[in-house]
Amino acid sequence: MSPKQESLIWIAQRGSAMVLIIGLIVHLGAIIAAVQGGISAAEISGRMNGHTGWFVFYLCFLVAVSIHAPIGLRSILIEVTSLPNRSVGLISLLLAVMILAPGLRAIFGLYGVEW
Amino acid sequence: MQQHRNHSNYWAFLVHRISGLVLAVFLPVHMLVLGLAIEDATRFDGFIEWTENPLVKLAETGLIILLAAHLTGGLRVLALEFLPWHDWQKTVIAITGGISLAIGLVFLLNAS
Repeated sequence: MSPKQESLIWIAQRGSAMVLIIGLIVHLGAIIAAVQGGISAAEISGRMNGHTGWFVFYLCFLVAVSIHAPIGLRSILIEVTSLPNRSVGLISLLLAVMILAPGLRAIFGLYGVEW
Repeated sequence: MQQHRNHSNYWAFLVHRISGLVLAVFLPVHMLVLGLAIEDATRFDGFIEWTENPLVKLAETGLIILLAAHLTGGLRVLALEFLPWHDWQKTVIAITGGISLAIGLVFLLNAS
């Protein structure tokens, strides 16, 4: 990675962190509110279905975490393993896909978009 | 214990790293389970029933504490990087721990 690319990764990590701070405060509040009446598929669908505000919120939240977690994993792998850069990149990318793909499916599905 | 490890900033770093790693592993599972809510509501509700198990509830509380610790610890990292250093930033480590435990407790009280 060139110093310029490393800087961009650093900016992406801090930028996504700032989005996640707001997202997590809302998410923690929503969790605590949701568990009071007990969680069920119907409860989650009822909260999400057709609600554009929640849809946009969770979309931003998901994109931010899909950037943030893989970069964090990348930093750990670089520091504690001697894996080649290419493998570290691939593992991180795999984590991004493993969060983003099922996450998008869940958010679009709960909002009510047919695939 | 090595001198550099016996320091609150080292512990804050360690908690941030471990919580981040655990959350990164949890996230794909979290998304897959959410997908069940649309795909197969009965299976999803069966899964939620399993989470009523006290041990699972305790594990969930642990995750909430780790999430809150990563959030508050992240605020600490951003303060270190973007704000000029102040001595109160050392006290903030204890405050982040307190807030994280409090959020976990609020979750546990509401969930049980």
